Amino acid sequence: MGVRTWIGSWPVYRQLTGRDPLGRGAAAKSARSQRLTSRTSTADKAVKSVCPYCAVGCAQNVYVEGGKVTQIEGDPDSPVSRGRLCPKGSASLQLTTGQARKYQVLYRRPHGTDWEPLALDTAMDMIADRVIAARRTGWQWEDDGVRTRRTLGFASLGGATLDNEENYLIKKLFTALGAVQIENQARV
Amino acid sequence: MAECHPVGFQWVMEAKARGAKLVHVDPRFTRTSALADLHVPLRAGSDIAFLGGIVNHVLREEKYFRDYVVAYTNAPMILREDFRDTEDLDGVFSGLDREGRAYDPTSWQYEGVEVQAASGERDQQYERRIAESGRGEAHGSGGAAIGEGEPERDETLTHPRCVFQVLKRHYARYTPQMVERTCGVPQDVFQQVCQLVTENSGRDRTTAFAYAVGWTQHTIGVQYIRTAAVLQLLLGNIGRPGGGILALRGHASIQGSTDIPTLFNLLPGYIPMPHAHQHESLDKFVEAEAAHKGYWGGMRSYLVSLLKAYWGEAATAENDYCFDYLPRLTGSHSTYETVLAQQNGVCRGYFLYGENPAVGSANTKMQRLGMANLDWLVVRDFSLIESATWWKDGPEIETGELRTEDIATEVFFLPAAAHTEKDGSFTNTQRLLQWHHQAVEPAGDARSDLWFTFHLGRIIREKLAASTDEMDRPVLDLAWDYPTKGALAEPDAEAVLAEVSGRDADGRPLSAYTQLKDDGSTSCGCWIYCGVYADGVNQAARRKPGEQQNWVAGEWGWAWPANRRILYNRASADPEGRPWSERKALVWWDADQSRWTGHDIPDFPATTPPDYRPPAEAKAAEALSGTDPFVMQADGKGWLFAPAGLTDGPLPTHYEPQDSPFDNPLYRQQRNPVRQVLPALPDNRYQPSGSAPGSEVFPYVATTYRLTEHHTAGGMTRWQPYLAELQPAMFCEVSPLLAAERSLEHLGWATVVTARNVIEARVLVTDRMVPLIVQGRTLHQVGLPYHWGPNGYTTGDAANELVHLSLDPNTHIQETKALACDIRPGRRPRGPAAVELVREYRRRAGITDQTGTEI
Repeated sequence: MGVRTWIGSWPVYRQLTGRDPLGRGAAAKSARSQRLTSRTSTADKAVKSVCPYCAVGCAQNVYVEGGKVTQIEGDPDSPVSRGRLCPKGSASLQLTTGQARKYQVLYRRPHGTDWEPLALDTAMDMIADRVIAARRTGWQWEDDGVRTRRTLGFASLGGATLDNEENYLIKKLFTALGAVQIENQARV
Repeated sequence: MAECHPVGFQWVMEAKARGAKLVHVDPRFTRTSALADLHVPLRAGSDIAFLGGIVNHVLREEKYFRDYVVAYTNAPMILREDFRDTEDLDGVFSGLDREGRAYDPTSWQYEGVEVQAASGERDQQYERRIAESGRGEAHGSGGAAIGEGEPERDETLTHPRCVFQVLKRHYARYTPQMVERTCGVPQDVFQQVCQLVTENSGRDRTTAFAYAVGWTQHTIGVQYIRTAAVLQLLLGNIGRPGGGILALRGHASIQGSTDIPTLFNLLPGYIPMPHAHQHESLDKFVEAEAAHKGYWGGMRSYLVSLLKAYWGEAATAENDYCFDYLPRLTGSHSTYETVLAQQNGVCRGYFLYGENPAVGSANTKMQRLGMANLDWLVVRDFSLIESATWWKDGPEIETGELRTEDIATEVFFLPAAAHTEKDGSFTNTQRLLQWHHQAVEPAGDARSDLWFTFHLGRIIREKLAASTDEMDRPVLDLAWDYPTKGALAEPDAEAVLAEVSGRDADGRPLSAYTQLKDDGSTSCGCWIYCGVYADGVNQAARRKPGEQQNWVAGEWGWAWPANRRILYNRASADPEGRPWSERKALVWWDADQSRWTGHDIPDFPATTPPDYRPPAEAKAAEALSGTDPFVMQADGKGWLFAPAGLTDGPLPTHYEPQDSPFDNPLYRQQRNPVRQVLPALPDNRYQPSGSAPGSEVFPYVATTYRLTEHHTAGGMTRWQPYLAELQPAMFCEVSPLLAAERSLEHLGWATVVTARNVIEARVLVTDRMVPLIVQGRTLHQVGLPYHWGPNGYTTGDAANELVHLSLDPNTHIQETKALACDIRPGRRPRGPAAVELVREYRRRAGITDQTGTEI
């Protein structure tokens, strides 16, 4: 490093000689922050998405680097949101990658006092057995002499945070199983 | 709107910058009020009186858009002689069965014809419609059966039984003085609102109303929105740019989950779920539930195509396309009846998909007691929400009402995949489907709900494969062969979208619902979404930048139906097909090309000219005349008066909330007579109202709401450190006067009590809550955000602990927005003392299981 470069890297020198006399911008920038780049510029790809909170439907760009989501920003192309996100939408990186998310199936046995881990396959198998049993227990071919062909043995609640395709499968499967107590937040 | 839909609110600010006036009507002062030209605080639960007052002003001052009203609404229709209004019967309509707590709506129909509703309770006329159609066949009659033909009209709007005159009489007493007495809105402020709304409506100008659950969550909620519909139709503000009644919905896909419903009373595309009737068949169902005229005349095609999407090859003409495979309803099976079914042991298992009823549903204690009586519970969410952990740390464990070791419920917690980890579409609040693409695979055991539901179905079908039980046929015959991809065997979401959008007999994608057939040659999972996969292209994934499009931006995403952005936009042109004004042009009739054209896609048969008059035998869309813009309606008109579809009256009428400190100032009838009153179980007691003794124990009105930084029951925000820091504690908003009256200290604690439960909250003393003068006395209102619960980074009591289970009879939605309560200083008692405090309040107010249940 030459003397000139060395002096030029000194903030006070830059402040006195450059265009930042108050030392609030370029003059104060350290070598480290000079080298910093935004996660959006180094991302492997930006995936087009939609904010998962309210129903305005703000468009998001989801930035992925090394197989991980590293940043989520508003998509300026959207005629709905023009690139803006509200505090919730801006926090959706924390929603999707934060510490609070669980990645393990948990099981609480009848009368149990705590959670136990459970394998996903086992859980799916156990749930399927329980659906079949509850469906049969609550089955009604008729009610008051009129054909109903249904079960009141199990119910489901949820859907307003899900995708249309997910709701479609839930309604299709549970209706075929004879369930009628299928509900979501739109009622609440 | 600025508070809960901030990014959508940018367009309101754009309009304001161009000179639009913004009025905010809300009991509290919010970020929206701060930016409005006028903030109008009103008593929670009094909006029908307020809007009805504007309707009265419009009629009395003759401010309505006469040409629009005569041509496009049912104002000229003549009603039956036996119809009686609330003005005649002191607050109830003709047809009330007091024993059965229900209306027979027959007398609300037009003279001489019977119309079916486009939505709502379409089953209420089932038996009569079937009987009528059967009689018609038996007589081989030449005359029109009931339900056909055109209603009698008086275009001078002077016939004493025409809708217009009935409307005038109905609202005649909704005067500025009455609005002031009922809503607590001073007459000069109310007059200012009337002036702003009427000055900004007509040929050259339009006014929009935006609302959210502040209107829906009442025992008379549907009628709140109906009042706005009456007003907007009178002013000519429907189907036109800058007009409308805009529902600001609160979840990414809450519109989608109504269109493709996970709701008990609907099939995809608002086809009603069948109710149980003797000898029901596909034909009888369609005869009873579908309109003869307009696009609901195609219900058979939509339903047969749906049954083909559900049951594929198994659905044939011989077996009624598996119509009998559909389970039948008997009354309401809403989420609140389900809670009762859990408590009484009928419902044994429960799935929760991204929903947190232990915080977010009304009467959260009832929700938890229901779950504590289940055999099993499956919770699919990101984090350990309250609905997953109530058995070890819920409020009833603290009070000693439940003991963990005694609870037999088996609980499965399955981590869910985030929107970044799956493909799929959300339908936003303007009916716009937008596709989100998968960015990464979900980690660990996290899976999409698509994965969970598909594989659950696959496993159940494998387990039942050998069954010969008739009960299992529907699930074994189900078309359930979706392609999967990747290491996790994730179902292909686009394949599901393609099924929803529809195919012809050769499997080619359909492009419009007009192609659907009732002979089994087409399949379509949701008729209003038909065409979202037109040409084999995912139309919801279209992202042509807004800047490269006109203001309608029709190439961003895909809006149902048929990518139309403004519904009923035929009404933007006059009866001759010309825009009402150049300034408000949207679609118009192009005589040279003999078709409708314009900035938006016309919401009308494209080649039906304005002067088309259908022949008498025409059905469905062909029966719409060239001046029938409301293409889903059985008469093609906007309904000022609803002759069918509503359970609680053809005209919106002010009733007091279930629990109210006031008597109804307009009628002797206090509450909506047919509101749904769920049993007054010990944890669901109702309160005395108005001048009834004990009412003074709950002198204030609480209303719940959201904050910008949190989302509904908090499952997606209370676990996020940034958001938890921005809104770190449950609080209640009170005025300085109420704070003085009840010795509440700013930043201190307050306890809020109803007949159901008790909660505590930090006190925010603020001028944002304005005391109102209602019926000559001061009313204080208490604002309660409802995001909190005991889990997460930021914790607090849930406002929904306070809410009862008296519901709107049309939608079965709870009354969260207007609750009489008491407030006192300090924290709530802990342990059994909390339960004792609520019991003491009930004793003081003389509450029994009969209180508040009277009709």
